[in-house]
Amino acid sequence: MRSEIKTFWEGVRAEFPLLVGVFPFGLIYGALALNAGLSTAAAQLMSSIVFAGSAQFVTTQLVHEAAPGVVIVLTIAVVNLRHMLYSASLAPYLKNLSLKWKVLLSYLLTDEAYAPSIIKYEREGITPSSHWFVFGAGFSLWFNWQVSTALGIFLGAAIPNSWPLDFALPLTFIAMVMPMLKNKPMIVAALSAGMVALLAYSLPYKLGLILAALTGIVVGTILEERK
Amino acid sequence: MNIWLVMVFGGLITFGMRFSFIYLFGKFEVPEVMKHALHYVPPAVLSAIIFPEVFLPNQQLDFSLNNHRLLAGLMAVVVAYFTKNTLITILAGMIALVLLQIFFVSF
Repeated sequence: MRSEIKTFWEGVRAEFPLLVGVFPFGLIYGALALNAGLSTAAAQLMSSIVFAGSAQFVTTQLVHEAAPGVVIVLTIAVVNLRHMLYSASLAPYLKNLSLKWKVLLSYLLTDEAYAPSIIKYEREGITPSSHWFVFGAGFSLWFNWQVSTALGIFLGAAIPNSWPLDFALPLTFIAMVMPMLKNKPMIVAALSAGMVALLAYSLPYKLGLILAALTGIVVGTILEERK
Repeated sequence: MNIWLVMVFGGLITFGMRFSFIYLFGKFEVPEVMKHALHYVPPAVLSAIIFPEVFLPNQQLDFSLNNHRLLAGLMAVVVAYFTKNTLITILAGMIALVLLQIFFVSF
């Protein structure tokens, strides 16, 4: 048991720098979710039911725009597709665990839990307690996300309604996208998705968003394959 | 659809994707092209949201200097490029928008 607790804390420590980076996002999410019209309960519980930062931001934005639920769910699916990749990448290291552990660690498998976990496994391989590292990294992020959401909801309620807070979400997305635009396929993917989003904006049910995202993904992938 | 249903379905799909290969290990292999395609999901989805927000402030294309959201958005792009800091980017864009709205009602 001792080595398991030790490995758990090792995971928490490895996660720590990421917690510092994620905390402000939780604050911003909590504050904006209320502003977009979500109830306090929905805003808080989304952080444990969906538990995926970018998908929660996108959901908040789409609720604000009164998009239909089916489109929001579809968009969550597209935004979170990358988690299948993390799942595939960690699968060989988790194959001997019980179903209970697989369910728990899958629930906690975010971008930020995946990163330190895969580094640990690639360096040290499977040890009898190594899944406790994933648990430590994942759980500390989960806890941090719940607390920062709550604090954001609390602070958000104090912000006057006259502030153009709805614009903070697109600004958050700009801050997220800019560092990703490191090469031509990425830039063209972003620009083509943006152009299609403008051209297809009047399509019903916010379908323009899905069409635009798919266009960007296909264009980026084709450009990369041709290189 | 009710927001709670959206959250439950969104949560189930998210969990399903995280659980997928961990559960099915050994039965499937991720196709190479899908791995590449996944890199383009975040910039594509986020840009698809950003563009209408800055170019269509009143559901109409507006490339003029009267479009405060476009100017504030450009400010954020520049600040994000140089600082790579989320909070500073949001603050710069918000301050730009508030100042534009106060001082330039319209040109």
